[in-house]
Amino acid sequence: MELTERHVEGLKELLYKMADDLLILGHRNSEWTGLGPILEEDIAFSSMAQDKIGQASALYEILHEMGEAAPDTIAFTRNEKDFHCSHLVEMPIGEYDFSLMRHFFYDHADALRFEMLSNCIFDSVSMVARKFRGEIKYHTMHADAWLKQLAHGNEESKARMQSAINEAFPLALGIFEPGNYENELIEAGIFGGEEALKAAWLDKITPIVEAVGLKLPAVSDVTPALGGRKGYHTEHLQPLLDEMTEVFRIDPVAEW
Amino acid sequence: MTIKSLDPRVTRANIDIEAKIGHQENLDQLQTYEVFAQAKRGTHHMHVGSVHAPNSELALMFGKEQYARRGTCVNLWVAKTSDISATEYADDDIFELTSDKFHRDPESYKVMDRIKAYKERQVK
Repeated sequence: MELTERHVEGLKELLYKMADDLLILGHRNSEWTGLGPILEEDIAFSSMAQDKIGQASALYEILHEMGEAAPDTIAFTRNEKDFHCSHLVEMPIGEYDFSLMRHFFYDHADALRFEMLSNCIFDSVSMVARKFRGEIKYHTMHADAWLKQLAHGNEESKARMQSAINEAFPLALGIFEPGNYENELIEAGIFGGEEALKAAWLDKITPIVEAVGLKLPAVSDVTPALGGRKGYHTEHLQPLLDEMTEVFRIDPVAEW
Repeated sequence: MTIKSLDPRVTRANIDIEAKIGHQENLDQLQTYEVFAQAKRGTHHMHVGSVHAPNSELALMFGKEQYARRGTCVNLWVAKTSDISATEYADDDIFELTSDKFHRDPESYKVMDRIKAYKERQVK
């Protein structure tokens, strides 16, 4: 079918929200560096945070090829309202239980989203989706292993994981806030849409959570944290951006 | 007065400058697992190090990031360190080589001349 301006705008919107989620969560997770529960986990979690920044960079690069500003400019000079990240990724790291549940919810959604995009009609997108498949698969395996371990640890660890699920789940539903071009993306075979992704995500994570004796809240019982995709953010994003861009702002034209 | 650091995470922690750092009790340590990595299918797994982990599943997850995030790897093994049997260093004399067993030294094989000749031809 003939692609129109709306299809291209839809793809850009999709890439921006994906990349912004990855950049912000990558930055958030890097805040654990040096503070992780044990050395091995500190290294693994930091390494995955780096992976996320790398994935964000690859998506910003595609946007740049489509005529948007350079990746560093996009990452470090936009205002808060121009970010399209979900509220889930903006939240402070909290205790490790919250960071692990966010990691679990987000990375399963990310894996499924990239899987859907591995058939995208835009080659640059499908190539990136295939390139990161193994990396993201490891992230989900790591999250699943921790969830299982802590759900079966002791009463306290189980209770803390359940409470982290209850806290992070409504935030995680905000990942699937529909964009402005859902129909265009679906009809052109660019992306299967947020509703389909949400359904696939629930099908994927529900049995994993139940198998370890924990419970997901019913979707109908919670209010998804929406607004992030439209530029309405929590009070936690701006301080993160200030910190993330602090060094860049000292000398924006410096060669690194 | 709290500590102001270049690391914003330290500043955010509001640590009192005057606070005495007391003696820390030793925490329980997780058990260790030995990690073996295989660079290519069909080759031997090689011992690459160890990780602390609560179970073998997480030991594999940690082993992957500690020892296989650079370079090539197609497979990992982990085994509890406590499951590995070892000789005593006090007995390391059992490994001493005595020089009078020519039959163990391939240099003494009667075919050695032919092997050497073959190798030389390969080099050329």
